[in-house]
Formats: sequence, C-alpha cells, structure tokens
Amino acid sequence: MVDATPHAEQGVPPAEVPELELYHPKSWWTTYVFSQDAKVIAIQYSGTAIAIGLVALVLSWLMRLQLGFPGTFDFITPEAYYQFMTMHGMIMVIYLLTALFLGGFGNYLIPLMVGARDMVFPYVNMLSYWIYLLAVLVLVVSFFAPGGPTGAGWTLYPPQAILSGTPGGQSAGIILMLVSLILFIIGFTMGGLNYVVTVIQGRTRGMTLMRMPLTVWGIFTATVMALLAFPALFVACVMMLFDRLLGTSFFMPALVEMGQQLSYGGGSPILFQHLFWFFGHPEVYIVALPAFGIVSDLISTHARKNIFGYRMMVWAIVIIGALSFIVWAHHMYVSGMHPWFGFFFATTTLIIAVPTAIKVYNWVLTLWRGDIHLTVPMLFALAFIVTFVNGGLTGLFLGNVVVDVPLSDTMFVVAHFHMVMGVAPILVVFGALYHWYPKITGRMLNEGMGQFHFWVTFIGAYAIFFPMHYVGLVGVPRRYPELGDAAFVTDSVHTLNAFITVAALIVGFAQMVFLFNLLWSLRYGREAGGNPWRATSLEWQTPTTPPPHGNWGDERPVVYRWAYDYSVPGAQQDFIAQNDPGPQRAGVRPA
Amino acid sequence: MAVALILVLVVVGSILFHILSPWWWSPIASNWNYIDHTLVITFWITGIVFAAVVLFMAYCVFRFRHREGVKADYNPENKKLEWWLTIVTAVGVAAMLAPGLYVWSQFITVPDDATEVEVVAQQWQWSYRLPGEDGRLGKSDSRLVSYENPLGIDPDDPNGQDDVVIEAADLHLPQDKPVKMLLRSIDVLHDFYVPEFRAKMDMVPGMITYFWFTPTRTGTFEVLCAELCGTGHSYMRGFVVVDTDEDYEAWLEGQSTFAQLSAPSTLGSADGVEP
Ligand code: HEM
Ligand SMILES: [Cu+2]
Ligand SMILES: [Cu+2]
Repeated sequence: MVDATPHAEQGVPPAEVPELELYHPKSWWTTYVFSQDAKVIAIQYSGTAIAIGLVALVLSWLMRLQLGFPGTFDFITPEAYYQFMTMHGMIMVIYLLTALFLGGFGNYLIPLMVGARDMVFPYVNMLSYWIYLLAVLVLVVSFFAPGGPTGAGWTLYPPQAILSGTPGGQSAGIILMLVSLILFIIGFTMGGLNYVVTVIQGRTRGMTLMRMPLTVWGIFTATVMALLAFPALFVACVMMLFDRLLGTSFFMPALVEMGQQLSYGGGSPILFQHLFWFFGHPEVYIVALPAFGIVSDLISTHARKNIFGYRMMVWAIVIIGALSFIVWAHHMYVSGMHPWFGFFFATTTLIIAVPTAIKVYNWVLTLWRGDIHLTVPMLFALAFIVTFVNGGLTGLFLGNVVVDVPLSDTMFVVAHFHMVMGVAPILVVFGALYHWYPKITGRMLNEGMGQFHFWVTFIGAYAIFFPMHYVGLVGVPRRYPELGDAAFVTDSVHTLNAFITVAALIVGFAQMVFLFNLLWSLRYGREAGGNPWRATSLEWQTPTTPPPHGNWGDERPVVYRWAYDYSVPGAQQDFIAQNDPGPQRAGVRPA
Repeated sequence: MAVALILVLVVVGSILFHILSPWWWSPIASNWNYIDHTLVITFWITGIVFAAVVLFMAYCVFRFRHREGVKADYNPENKKLEWWLTIVTAVGVAAMLAPGLYVWSQFITVPDDATEVEVVAQQWQWSYRLPGEDGRLGKSDSRLVSYENPLGIDPDDPNGQDDVVIEAADLHLPQDKPVKMLLRSIDVLHDFYVPEFRAKMDMVPGMITYFWFTPTRTGTFEVLCAELCGTGHSYMRGFVVVDTDEDYEAWLEGQSTFAQLSAPSTLGSADGVEP
C-alpha cells in the first residue's frame, strides 16, 4: 500500500524518485497488460472467466442436444459426451464462478469498498492473474491433446479417472487437467492472500469490520474458506498425478482392468473422495457466499432500505462458512464409507439450513416496507431468491441421508446443484454486472436489452431445471448420455427431455444478447455519472468515474457510518454515503 | 405489477406441475416405502416454505414498489422476529431430520435372517454369486481374477466351492425374503441401482460394501449403474427377477457352482494368477 502523502520514514533514506512516480505505471504495457492495479486485474480475470465460461456454455448445449434428441448427433459419442460433461462442470465451477467472484468481483470491489488504494500486494496480485490464465490455457490445450480432455466427471474419481476405460485416462487428458488445477490453486492462493490481508489491514479510517458492506464480508469469508479448502484438492491432484505417472497407489487398490491385473495395490479410492469433497463442499459456499453478500447489497440499494438484520447476516455468513467444513461427506452417503457417518453428516448438513434460511428471511424482510425500484439488478436479485430458495430446499432432500439414497446420482442431483450453485449465483453475477458496470465504464447498460436478458434467463433457467428434478425422481441416473430402453422410463420422459433442451438453447441465446449489450453500451450506453443508483457504499463516492489508479485522488475517504443508511428519517436524501460526516445519525445501528 | 404476477405464477406453476405432471417415481418393489414416506414429508415441508417465501416476496414487490413521495421504513433489526424465525426453522428442520435418521438406522441394520447375495461389478457388466448349500460365501480377491475365475473366488476356501456363480446374466431373488447385497468391484467404482428397490450403494474396488432390502413383489426390474465407470457406464444394464418360491427354486436348479465351473480343467492351475 502506497500512501498518497509519502514521507521518508525515520532511518530510511529518501527515495530518489518520489514514491508516487514509482507507484503509477509508465507504459501502455504496465497500464493495461502487466498491470498491478486491482481494477485492471479484475477486468482481466472477468474477461478470461467469461471467455472460458462461454466454452462451458456451448458444451452444455451439445450435452443437451444429445439428451433431448439421442441418436441424432453422430459426433456426440459417449466418449465425447463425458468429455463435454467433465469440462463443462469443471469450467463452470472453478474457472468461471470461482475466478469471477473472487478474482473478478473481489479485485474490483474489495479495495474500493473498504477505502483502500489497491490490494496490499499488487505485484503478487498481478502474478495471480497470469498464473490463472496459464491454468486456463493448459485446460484449453487438453481439448486438442491426443485422446482429448478427460471424461472422468468433474469429480475425477479414481480409479477410473486414470484408467483406459475413461476418455483421457491413459492419454494426456487427465494429466493436463490435474496440472491445470494445480496451477489454478497456486494462482488463486496468491490472489486470495491479497484479498484477506487487504480486508484485514487495508481498510480506511472509520471502516470497522461491522461497517463493511456484506459484499466484502461474503467475498472475504469465501476467500478464507478457499484458502483452507483448496489445499485438500491440491494434494489430491498431486497424489493422483503420482498414481498416474509414477505408479504409486495412493488411491489405487489391486484391480483388474479389462482382464489385465494392474500393478497397483493397497490404495483407497474413498480417500480421494474425502479429499475432494473436503474441498468440494466448501467450494459450493465459496461460490455462494460472495453471491449472498452481493445480493444483499443489491436488494438494500434498490429497495432503498437498510439490509434487515445486518449483524445476523454477518454472523450467518461466518457460521455457514465454518459449518461448511464439517458437512462434506453428505456427498458420500452411498459411497461405501462407514454408514454411521451418515448420522453425523446428515445432522450437520441440516443444521446449516438454519443460518441459510435466516439469510433468506432477511432478504425478503428487507423488501418489506421498502421503496422497491424494479431495476434490472433488482430483478436479478429477486430471481436469485426464487432459485436459491428452490435449490436450497431440494438440498434438504439430498442432505437427509436416507432420502438421498434413492435420489443420489440421479438427475435430481443435477437439477438441485444447477439451481443452487449454477443458476442462483449466475443470476447474482448478472445483477452485479448491471449494478457495477456504470462504475467500471462510466456508462449504463442498455435497459431494454437488460429486461429481455433477465426475463428469458430467469424463466428459461427455471424451465430447464425445475422439471429436471422430476426426471431424476423417475429414476434417470445422471451422467447418462443415452437412456436407451428401460421400463421405468416412459415416452413422456423423452418429451420432457426434448423440452428442457429447447429451453436450454433459448437461454443460451439470451446470453449472446447480454454479451452484445456489454460491448454496445461501452460506446452507446447512457452516461452514468458517479453514483447512478444513489448508493451509500464507498465505491460510489470516488472522485472520478471510472476510478483511476489509486482510486481516491489525494485523500482516502473517512468512514462515519455503516453501508446501509437508506431512507434515514429526517435526512434530506434517501441515502447517506458512508463517508458523509453529516449530523443525521439514525438511531439503532451497529457501530 | 407484472413482476409480482409472474412470481405468483412461478409458485402456482410449480405446484401444478408437481400435482399434474406424469413424472413420479416408479411403483415400489421393496420394503423401503419408509423412504418414500420421508420423501413425501420433505416435499410437503419444503413446498410450503417455497410457496410462502415467494408469495411473500410477490406481495412485497406489489405493495412496496416505488411510488413518488413514499419513503422506505428504517428498521435495522428486530431481535424478536429474528429469533422466532430461527426457532420455527429449527423445528421444521428437526421434523425432517428425525424421521430421516430413524429410517437410516433401519436402512443400515441388516436383519439376522437376511441371505447374502454378492454382486460383482466390472466394466461394464454385472455378475452375481449366491452362497450355495452351506449358506456361506467363499473368500475372494481381485488378484485371483482370471479368465477361468472371473469373480476371483479363492479356490482354496472350501466355503467357496458350492457358491453359485452367475456370470453376466440375470439375478433371481425370492419374494419376501430379506437379502443382504454384498457389493464388490474388481476394477473401478460402480453403483448397484434398481429404481424400484429405492436402495443403492457404490461398489468400491478393494472393499465390500452392502445394503439390504426385501423384495415385495414379483417382476423383472432393471439394474442400472449409478456411478460413473467409464464410457460404457450407461450401457451397464442387467435385470433382477423377483420370483415366487417355486419359480426361484426352479431357476436355482439350473445354475452352476464354482466347483462345477472350474472342474476339471482349471482347478488348481495357476494360470493368469499373479501372486
Ligand atoms: C443453461 C445453463 C446450463 C445447462 C443447460 C447445463 C447443462 C448440464 C448438463 C446437461 C449436464 C450433464 C448432466 C449429466 O449428464 O449428468 C451438466 C453437468 C454439470 N453442470 Fe451444467 N449446465 C448449465 C449451467 C451450469 C452452471 C452455471 C454450472 C455452475 C455451477 C454448472 C455446473 C455443472 C456441473 C458441476 C456438472 C456436473 C458435471 C459432472 O457430472 O461431472 N452448469 N450441466
Ligand atoms: Cu456439499
Ligand atoms: Cu457405471
């Protein structure tokens, strides 16, 4: 962190060049490419994540085409289907959502919202992005490697992940996947340490922890979780790489593959599952908590009302984050682990429902007696609540061990997690982009295109994933490129599958409109001014928009109040900015 | 206005879809209707919560949408309300968890009179083994698997000689007799899943997993694999036939034991067996 008014510390010789000179980049390259400005890094992260996310979107169309109209597309062999599926899942969860929420929104919003000039370690922050890009490139290379990418499922369960019966198992696919994940984790760790230290150390004067916007709380907690969870995936990847390349047997018991005795022996496939889900479950919340935080701020701003129960909201985020480390084996009820674990993990899993429900109540109670502006970000926030509640509730089926038995590994699971960690967070991503785009670019996104995008995406996604639960209820397993004939699958199930596919294609098309809007508005969007939503948090109070390198001009802002002083009785305006020292202090408010 | 209406339609549509759509689970063929009951309870509780939350939202959007000159309320928190909601939620969650755990304890407590049936999975087919006259399965080890001994049964274990081996064919089970399914894989993860039985469990190479159930009606039921096991995963099918006692005995007559299958040519030969 470079302060704007540098003085030589005692005993330190004065710099030959004034520090500000050193601080600001001098060339085009260091301004736009190898930039150390968190805001530029944020845009780089987001652009890369969205680009690779588009690949995942196209893969989902291919899968849906196969499921809706089996036998029509010759090139979608089972091998290809599994490769599409694996890459789709992995990209969506890790390379899109994790990177976008933490690397994208985290980088852009944390320094601005806490009143810092930048992340505390800008150079490491820059490295974080470039290593992430390398991870993405390695992933992309695997598409073109001989044998293609791995088709082991995003869970990469051994033994099949490294055997020849799985696409990419005995070719380069699985190796590149593991290497890419390892790189991703290294890159993420560099960024993650930055986000955490910046929140702890970089806050401006007056910005106490309990005055931080919930967006920062959500991203902060998710980052701490990611720093604790990713190492489990990291070691699992390294161990699997050893099993595959060096012939160790961490995860490999003695086994016979296609009539051949292999030389492995003594390892445990279930050990991998524990490591994977020790990462994998927190990962769900790593994606969800930033979404929780952001959506809280969207609702509060656009309903012109303070978020209801702020302190409870902060504690709920922290408690959910902590509890999510002791629920991982709910993904393993039918894995063959000791059945007594079922009691423990079902209990912890259902306990987590309580703080989660509190968050939902507080969102909807914020609407109560609000002054609701149905802007595009607000619409996305409302749609988030609908889909999140829906997906969260089906989690109660799958978390309740015995109810999970018939449902696990069916399309019900696919429907559930898409609703809760696919659709819901993505809706928040959209809402957030409509909300902060004016700060990033100085222009508003086009409202008409936004409305179109919203309605097609919300109704369409609901039409894809709500009926899908019932396909699973019928008994259709997940990861089946083709159902074939089975007595319990009636013709009407095939009709439903075709309907879902059509809905998926329409939703996909609407995303093109959104991308077009992003580019079009850059040039033709309405001028936004500095604070178009009349919001309280610090990022809207920057002296110039878009904020320059260093964010605050000569002086960092000083914070006098929490981020939710909307519609304060007696105030002239319906919002009071956090850095407004004004006398109008409302009654009860966390200090 | 439109937004509130659409939110209401989402709720109404979801409920109507649930009630009217033809997609529901297949008629049960095992004793696990407790699982179905728990599922139905969960549907009720969660359905009510979903409708309540979304309808409340719809009301708020309708009633408190922006109007000129109207200001929002200012009330940061309401301890009493928040505690109330927490308690009600906790009670609802407990109402689902308690029956769930109770049924789970039944699910994992195998009755003493259950007969053992072994299922052996490999890419991409199902085989089975019944304990034979002595009622006991012989030892097995995937290191013993060979062309002649596809299930890896230990030829030195006398209990194994009379085991009935059903290689890549259908399994028959007698109606109304509890069975303990012992699940074994010789290569990768698989999962033995019959939708009508409601139960399923992964099969893991290197260990033996299990579940139990009682078939309650005769018929032919499809076996699916429910754990990704490679490119043939969705083609890994088979059938379980639930028979009356007479039909079952008749079928059993026609099966061969391990001793019969390995005699005379291969018994004792070390072909393909790497110690
Ligand atoms: C309209 C958007 C989407 C569509 C149509 C779609 C479709 C699909 C389909 C058809 C599958 C394969 C199901 C199977 O055969 O088992 C799948 C799997 C998956 N999807 Fe999506 N998806 C979408 C968005 C997302 C998003 C936003 C996420 C982010 C969390 C996501 C995460 C996953 C994961 C983790 C899997 C599992 C892959 C596996 O089984 O290994 N999807 N999706
Ligand atoms: Cu989980
Ligand atoms: Cu399988």
